[in-house]
Amino acid sequence: MSNTSSPKKTAWSWRSQAFRGIIYQLLAIGAVVLAIWFLASNTMHNMQVRGIQSGFDFLGDPAGFDIGESLYPFDSSSPYWNAFLVGVLNTLRVAILGIILTTLIGTLIGVGRFSRNALVRGLCYGYVELFRNVPILLQLLMWYLLLTDALPFVTEALQVGHIFLAKGGLAFPKPIWEIGHLFGALGLVAGAILGVAYRRWGYRKFEQTGQLRSMFWVPVGIFVVAGVLGWAAAGAPADFDFPAKGDFSIEGGGALTPEFLAVLLGLTLYTAAFVAEVVRSGIQSVAHGQNEAAAALGLNPGHVMRLVTLPQALRVIIPPLTNQYLNLTKNSSLAVAIGYPDVVSIANTSLNQTGRAVEAIAIVMLVYLTTSLATSLFMNWYNARSAIKER
Amino acid sequence: MAEPIIVFDKLNKWYGNNFHVLRDIDLSVALGERIVICGPSGSGKSTLIRCINRLEEHQEGRLVVDGVELTDDVKAVDDVRKKVGMVFQQFNLFPHLTVLENLTLSPMWVGKMPKKEAEAKAMAQLERVRIAEQAQKYPLQLSGGQQQRVAIARALCLTPKIMLFDEPTSALDPEMIKEVLDVMVEMADQGITMLCVTHEMGFAKAVANRVIFMDQGQIVEQNTPTEFFNNPQNERSKDFLSKILGH
Amino acid sequence: MAMNENTAQTFQPIAARKAPTATEGPIAWIRINLFGDWTTALMTLLVGAVLLWILPQVLSWAVFRAAWAPDYEACRVDGVGACWGVVAEKYRIIVLGRYPFEEQWRPVVATSLLLFMLVGSCTRAFWKLWVLPAWAVALVIYFTLMYGNLLGLEKVETDRWGGLPLTILLASLSMMLAFPIAMVVALGRRSNLPAIRTVCTVYVELVRGVPLISVLFMASFMFPLFMPVGFSIDVLVRVIIGITLFAAAYMAEVIRGGLQAIPKGQIEAAATLGLSYWQTQRKIVLPQALAMVVPSIMNNFISLFKDTSLVTIVSLYELTGALSLALNSDANWRPFKIEGYIFIALIYFIFCFSMSRYSIWVEKQANKGRAR
Repeated sequence: MSNTSSPKKTAWSWRSQAFRGIIYQLLAIGAVVLAIWFLASNTMHNMQVRGIQSGFDFLGDPAGFDIGESLYPFDSSSPYWNAFLVGVLNTLRVAILGIILTTLIGTLIGVGRFSRNALVRGLCYGYVELFRNVPILLQLLMWYLLLTDALPFVTEALQVGHIFLAKGGLAFPKPIWEIGHLFGALGLVAGAILGVAYRRWGYRKFEQTGQLRSMFWVPVGIFVVAGVLGWAAAGAPADFDFPAKGDFSIEGGGALTPEFLAVLLGLTLYTAAFVAEVVRSGIQSVAHGQNEAAAALGLNPGHVMRLVTLPQALRVIIPPLTNQYLNLTKNSSLAVAIGYPDVVSIANTSLNQTGRAVEAIAIVMLVYLTTSLATSLFMNWYNARSAIKER
Repeated sequence: MAEPIIVFDKLNKWYGNNFHVLRDIDLSVALGERIVICGPSGSGKSTLIRCINRLEEHQEGRLVVDGVELTDDVKAVDDVRKKVGMVFQQFNLFPHLTVLENLTLSPMWVGKMPKKEAEAKAMAQLERVRIAEQAQKYPLQLSGGQQQRVAIARALCLTPKIMLFDEPTSALDPEMIKEVLDVMVEMADQGITMLCVTHEMGFAKAVANRVIFMDQGQIVEQNTPTEFFNNPQNERSKDFLSKILGH
Repeated sequence: MAMNENTAQTFQPIAARKAPTATEGPIAWIRINLFGDWTTALMTLLVGAVLLWILPQVLSWAVFRAAWAPDYEACRVDGVGACWGVVAEKYRIIVLGRYPFEEQWRPVVATSLLLFMLVGSCTRAFWKLWVLPAWAVALVIYFTLMYGNLLGLEKVETDRWGGLPLTILLASLSMMLAFPIAMVVALGRRSNLPAIRTVCTVYVELVRGVPLISVLFMASFMFPLFMPVGFSIDVLVRVIIGITLFAAAYMAEVIRGGLQAIPKGQIEAAATLGLSYWQTQRKIVLPQALAMVVPSIMNNFISLFKDTSLVTIVSLYELTGALSLALNSDANWRPFKIEGYIFIALIYFIFCFSMSRYSIWVEKQANKGRAR
């Protein structure tokens, strides 16, 4: 038998897998292209008929509306793209703060479900079930109503030191920015680097001698001291802009509006219930035998948690946890219902003013898609890096 | 006669209110003795040895291990655990650490040993169980038999006086049982005190000084292996042996 | 007695006794779970103190000092607690929306039929072939009742449908329509043909990356532009299409997870038996995959049920929107909005909590089939 090479020609018949595969794909692409052409041509025709213009050039035009709160000064003569930027910053502001708070609260509640105290266990379970089963929009509306109804008028504002709480929101003393604060911030950065270096040095020493020093308080101390030194070295500025009771509102200082507080509270408490469940199932996923083996080796409960349980639990917790962070960011879009000017709310106003529905919605979707993509990439990287190696 | 290293004195344990799992256990184990504990499931054999390193707590009676009485006292429990090594049926290796890291974990964090010393000791134990070449692998990359041998090496890293084996070969495929039993036989020859819960009667005949048969929470019969297997005295022992040795 | 003597001759079986200190039973439970050690006891005292301070106040406001009669004068009296009168007065608008008052028996009957079919489909008795035509008939009856214009029933436009019936309609109809789409998309994502796989992946990632509200905005503002001139679609239909496309993407991911969990050996065995691709999927792969993902699909449904509250933002007055409608226009009752919110929160809670309990029950049943 001399010729053992496979036939080079593919049999182009209806029965060939490859042929059918190509036909199916051509059909699918054809259908999609046809559908898009149909929708696009209708859209263009409709826009012509209704006199709606298209294009992103409107972004350069003056916005014509004011925005309730923004991180930097904005007025109605600023262009639309500036308005969208303010919206994006507002979304990020509430999302980042929300993510930090919800992680703290959710982890506490998730761990609390393993407490030896039945009251604590029951309360944590009750919290999770209560906040999970009521829609987030309803929770946001309720918090907003509570904050606007229950908070006192300016004349009877609640006051703790220089912090005021009234219908206008939470007012607190804001430090007046000077060069000393910059040095303080630089000091904190230097302190962080030094703290990490100290921990590295500490672990090396531990491997050499078996003696472990304080791995938490000393680095934290370094961090704080470095910041203080930086601040003091540049003149130790300590001027604050103190809020004061005006006739109709609290003037001066920094302020958190009731809209921001309502969105923050609603998102944080709602997502914390889901984070608690993720943390709980992560801790539960570590087989009981692991803890037993670690105890049999003489490790104390703190070591067992840190060296055995937590590393394994984190691998199970991080992917769904990033999903919850994404959900929180997407849910921040509901701020439009209570008037917090996030990017969806700004897009809604712009859309109503200019009629450029397609463009405005496209911008919103682009913003959220970018966030989702970044998070997915992070999660893929984390999963690949931390996967427990198997056969 | 030297002091026994483990003494059970009228030990009783319950699960819940009604399940009387260990009933009036009186047992003493001498230093260097090798004991095999067998019996039907639910007889309390695993519970018995798990009481020795306080993975289970007893409610009545006394248990003294190497002069330390086991009670609620955390320090006493820690002391005992440093002298007692345990090998589990499910291996329970830490999957996120390499084999070497699995072994050096306790010496470094509990024994406060420097890393180099701990690693040298770990490699010595890995050589002892003939698996030194797998030191940098992760547990799930190894076969069941290899994982159990690593688990034995991990327990040996504490230089324990007593080794407890809780059905060490029950979760293994048949062709891997021999490699683990060989390691255990070698350990026995080196003089370590062993208590082993197992169904492997060949191992018992080869290595054990004493076979203890338990049923329904009590020690029914104990004797030398030859006597026990050839001449069981109690009805229950006869019944059990006929079931095991039958096939 | 030497402890190592062969005890066979002296063996006396010991009868089981009760444990000296109880570890089960109510008193033991309290001792262990509330006062087990001193940290636990301390927590019990602290938490107990906080609860004893808060609970009486809440109960006093919500129950003891509350006004139950639909009389807003009584509610404004000093020292009165919750005003449940707002619920007594406005519950019909809140629960049923702007549906014409005299015809409100129709959504009640129609939704009860829909709920009956939904709950029934969850029980074993309904998992037969006659279920599909039964559903078709039920849906025809539902829409006839709701829309009317037939059999002497007055016509009620879709923008007047609202309240709880609208919530249930949106959630269940979108779920049912999304299911076949999700199956096709899930299979498409696992296909070997790159074009189909790309199209399905782009669809799923696009929809999952954006919030529902942008999909609703798209449905509300852009769908009219997508249609040929003169062809207008009902706002309800637009919203249902939007929610369906949204739900299908999430369900496709769930089903894909189930498909991935099927061992390759199943498909290989089917191939050796001569089954084609579609036969394999229909008879071997999908039944097993779907059984595995039922709890996740239930979770999807619960999320969808909650998400229907967003249609308020595009002016369809389901449960949450109907409340604003009921109270914003009535100055007498507007101060008592919080009681209204609590009322509808309770309705959502009852629905969602029962559904999640059911989902846990289903999971246990499925695992029973697996446990030996």
